[in-house]
Amino acid sequence: MEILKKYPKLFQWLFLLIVFFALCFAIDVPETYKFIRGQAEFVKDPNQSTFVFLGKEVRYYAFDVFWRLPPLLGWLPIWINDSLFFLMNDWMPMEFWNEDTQEYKTRPLVLQITRNLTAFMTFLIELIREILLGGLETIVAFTSWDWIDANPWAELPGLPWTIVAAGSAILAYKLGGRGLAIFAGLAMTYISIFGQWKPSMQTLSFILVAAPLSFIFGLSLGIAAFKSKRVEKALYPILLVMQTMPQYAVLVPALVLFGVGDHAAVIITMIVAVPPMILLTLLGLRAVPPEVIEAGRMSGCNNWQLMFKVLIPTARRDILIGVNQVIMVCFSMAVISAFIGAKGLGFNLLLALNQLNIGLALEAGLCISLIAILLDKMSLAWANKQVDYFGNLNFFQRNKNSLFFGLIMIVGIALAYFGSIYFKGGYNYLFEVPHNKGISTADFWNKGVDWIFDTFFVYIKAFNTWLIVEVLQPMRALYLRMPAIATIVLVVGAGYLIGGIRSALVVCGLTLFIALSPWWDRALVTTYMATFGVIVSCIIGFTVGTLCFQNKHSTKFMLNVCDIFQTFPSFVYLIPVMMLFGITDTSVLIAVIVYATIPATRYTIEGLRSVPSGLHDAATMSGVTKFQRLFKIEFPLAFPHMMLGLNQTIVFALFMVIIGAFIGTEDLGQYILKALSDKKGAGIGLTLGICVAFIGLIFDNLIRTWVDKRKKHLGID
Amino acid sequence: MSEPVIKCESVYKIFGENAETMLKKANGNVDAKTFQENGCIVGVNNASFEVSKGEMLVVMGLSGSGKSTLLRCISRLTDATGGKIFIEGQDLLNLNNKELIDLRRNKMGMVFQSFALLPHKTVVENIAFPLQIKGINTGESINKAMDMVKLVGLDGRENYFPRELSGGQQQRVGIARSLAVEPDIWFLDEPFSALDPLIRKEMQDEFLRLQEKLQKTIMFITHDFDEALKLADRIAIMKDGIIEQLDTPANIVLNPATEYVRKFTEEVPREKVLLIKDVMDSPTTENIGDLKVLRDEIIENVAEKILTQEKTVAVIDNNNNIVGSINPTKIINTVFGGRKNSN
Repeated sequence: MEILKKYPKLFQWLFLLIVFFALCFAIDVPETYKFIRGQAEFVKDPNQSTFVFLGKEVRYYAFDVFWRLPPLLGWLPIWINDSLFFLMNDWMPMEFWNEDTQEYKTRPLVLQITRNLTAFMTFLIELIREILLGGLETIVAFTSWDWIDANPWAELPGLPWTIVAAGSAILAYKLGGRGLAIFAGLAMTYISIFGQWKPSMQTLSFILVAAPLSFIFGLSLGIAAFKSKRVEKALYPILLVMQTMPQYAVLVPALVLFGVGDHAAVIITMIVAVPPMILLTLLGLRAVPPEVIEAGRMSGCNNWQLMFKVLIPTARRDILIGVNQVIMVCFSMAVISAFIGAKGLGFNLLLALNQLNIGLALEAGLCISLIAILLDKMSLAWANKQVDYFGNLNFFQRNKNSLFFGLIMIVGIALAYFGSIYFKGGYNYLFEVPHNKGISTADFWNKGVDWIFDTFFVYIKAFNTWLIVEVLQPMRALYLRMPAIATIVLVVGAGYLIGGIRSALVVCGLTLFIALSPWWDRALVTTYMATFGVIVSCIIGFTVGTLCFQNKHSTKFMLNVCDIFQTFPSFVYLIPVMMLFGITDTSVLIAVIVYATIPATRYTIEGLRSVPSGLHDAATMSGVTKFQRLFKIEFPLAFPHMMLGLNQTIVFALFMVIIGAFIGTEDLGQYILKALSDKKGAGIGLTLGICVAFIGLIFDNLIRTWVDKRKKHLGID
Repeated sequence: MSEPVIKCESVYKIFGENAETMLKKANGNVDAKTFQENGCIVGVNNASFEVSKGEMLVVMGLSGSGKSTLLRCISRLTDATGGKIFIEGQDLLNLNNKELIDLRRNKMGMVFQSFALLPHKTVVENIAFPLQIKGINTGESINKAMDMVKLVGLDGRENYFPRELSGGQQQRVGIARSLAVEPDIWFLDEPFSALDPLIRKEMQDEFLRLQEKLQKTIMFITHDFDEALKLADRIAIMKDGIIEQLDTPANIVLNPATEYVRKFTEEVPREKVLLIKDVMDSPTTENIGDLKVLRDEIIENVAEKILTQEKTVAVIDNNNNIVGSINPTKIINTVFGGRKNSN
């Protein structure tokens, strides 16, 4: 009784758990219930129930309402899909002039707009791509195919790889000094020599369009939200959902709107990359000290100058993190959008993974990661650059970089010309090393994988079986055994205990949406995989983070490792795990664990670092041991920040679980992947995406509310 | 006397949603309590004063007394709720945005308590910032800024970033920046409050040196009464948004207008603040000695000389005319006597 009086919350939580388990035991599994494996909704099974809403017929297996709620929202995907098609094909037909056929054509408005948009994107991508690789499209865009036929000389020649590599090294030198230059030169040379030049440049051209556009849009929307409360209020829910929406899910509706290809990929990438940019811009602008703004005003800034010369540069740190995020998302999408026909490394990577050619996949993945790290470091160096006003330089010193580039240009062209004579009839290796004609280490890796399999097969297999049979299957069965009503009671109860009635209502709404969709079972599987991943990640991340924090050098080292790992596109993580564990749930889960451990570790370290040094000293002077200090001072104070890490860990885990569908899982991701190849998949894909986003948001809401309260209680910021 | 540079007429600043209607209803009789009950907070309450050219007005008050708010009204970083403010005869509150920007670009400079330097710019870039905002080209503005760097004694550190400087050095940058456009009016919002005592004293001396050279019209905000006494031509003491007393340092020390002001003056070492002319009597021929003291001398500097005299001492002005007299008992009374003064 003493304990209950001391910790009233504890009693409430206990009560909630008792109610939850009571419900679980009280409601039996219906005899007819089984986990639906196939796409049963397309089979007319006489056992199914139906209802009609808004003219859409929804078929489903009915159970006791306490066990599983009926899919009352089952019409939503169909409705979304039909609306999209109506919008694209029938709404507002208008007359448009067609350049190619030289006549007016009737086209629906939305279709015309999206086609114009995609044409513009295509032009941008092709322009950069042809500067790097050569081609016709850009010139065609200004003239016509007839003109090209008449003038066969008119073709962008493309740059020899030597020039691009040296050029990027010079740019890196100008931005970040010698170290970065060496890295840039080596990375580019590696890409070329190992025969990945063409796909790499395709990917690069895609990113050089997508990243700046996302940055500009994100920044402007962020500014708009900063200036106007109304814009912010309108954007906020979208931003929230987009943050936890798996990138896969956006592919499907975009497929309908923008078609297939690089241009669609750019637009999707923007949809995914802009929200974090907006959020971070807003965050940064908010954090600018009021006196700095006043100083700007007193210097006589007008609104424009105040924004671009005072506010944005002062908020630079957060905005840079935004840029970093944009680049990360772009590379991630460069791979994922290969599903809808974007060319480049991502496409090769997917192809190789599909063929289980781990070696090839590894090479492509390495190239993507190299370019990602390079661009990330260069953008950072660019933002930190300093101007030298006082250097008394002559013309050559001032323009040495441009002059040097000019020289490289000449040498590169000369080399390429020399190569065209030397390698007569064959491939001109000094111009471009053709794909798969470079050095390839694929065989080596494949043999390595085979060797690993031959040598360790027994152990891996044993581990795999043990994990699946002893841990994963029971856990999955437990999750599926939860009656819907019990789950809802648990989640809503938690919401009420943490954040009061408001939080409870929000969480209830989010859960109900999933429960009323046709995919509750799948959502449970997704949650189980994510939970498993998160628990293991947190244990690893908190431990590693705490250990690394004991020493200044290891702290710095670990943060750098996190930085680099975070730059890898998420898909790349699938390569090594497939290498080791083949195509099983274990692979997915290990990828999830590796990927989600990054934020767990990072936030642990940052949380511990944020503990004021005064407290640290005060504790030391009270004569605590290292362990006492850690457990009595540092952990309690760092805990709120670490919980934010948990939040990120959950989001990362969910993303990876969904991407894991590529290997083959039985959760929401699998359906999203299916929707990609389904003509009517747009609505399904989007609804599934929202379901996943809502799972993330439920945890997000609970954790954030708790953290805010806790921070207020502790008096931190 | 020429037109005042800054002139305030019953300036009010009231925070809250229906501040303006409340102010109108109050009809010039603003009571902080009734306003607070209606969800409004009174920042500045009926402030009227003038600052003439080359004068330094120090506004002194504890935190929350409205001194910073008053300054922000006059620099129009916030809009005053009521009253009129004239800057060199121009009605500040009626300026449109463009005129206001013009005024700030050419006439005003401001120094902030937390320095408010732009973190992404070096020392020289920070100082050149207001010039570049004005549209002066890079080379010229950097040259000008370098002059300022020398003026505040930061040469050799022009390429440092603010984060690499100490607090005192950062504030020197802040001062240089506010002076870069050669403003006539100089606002300083607790510029030395965030500094260590030793650095603060050094910066105050530096500031006096600059002012002697530049002769700006200054409004200086501080919560430190000693600082106010040391720097001010005139001091305005604020409490709860109301200016309790506005007078020369000597008069404030000798004749505190309210109980609140008197509390501040109690601990003040008078011999350091008061001048001979503040305590002298009318000229007399009776019992006069040979010693003559200047009327503008601080008491502390001549006290010893006067106290060793037995006769009354004549007070002269710069032209050697006798303008008053002072006898040693007067000095003793002033310095050591009961705090109630009988001037």
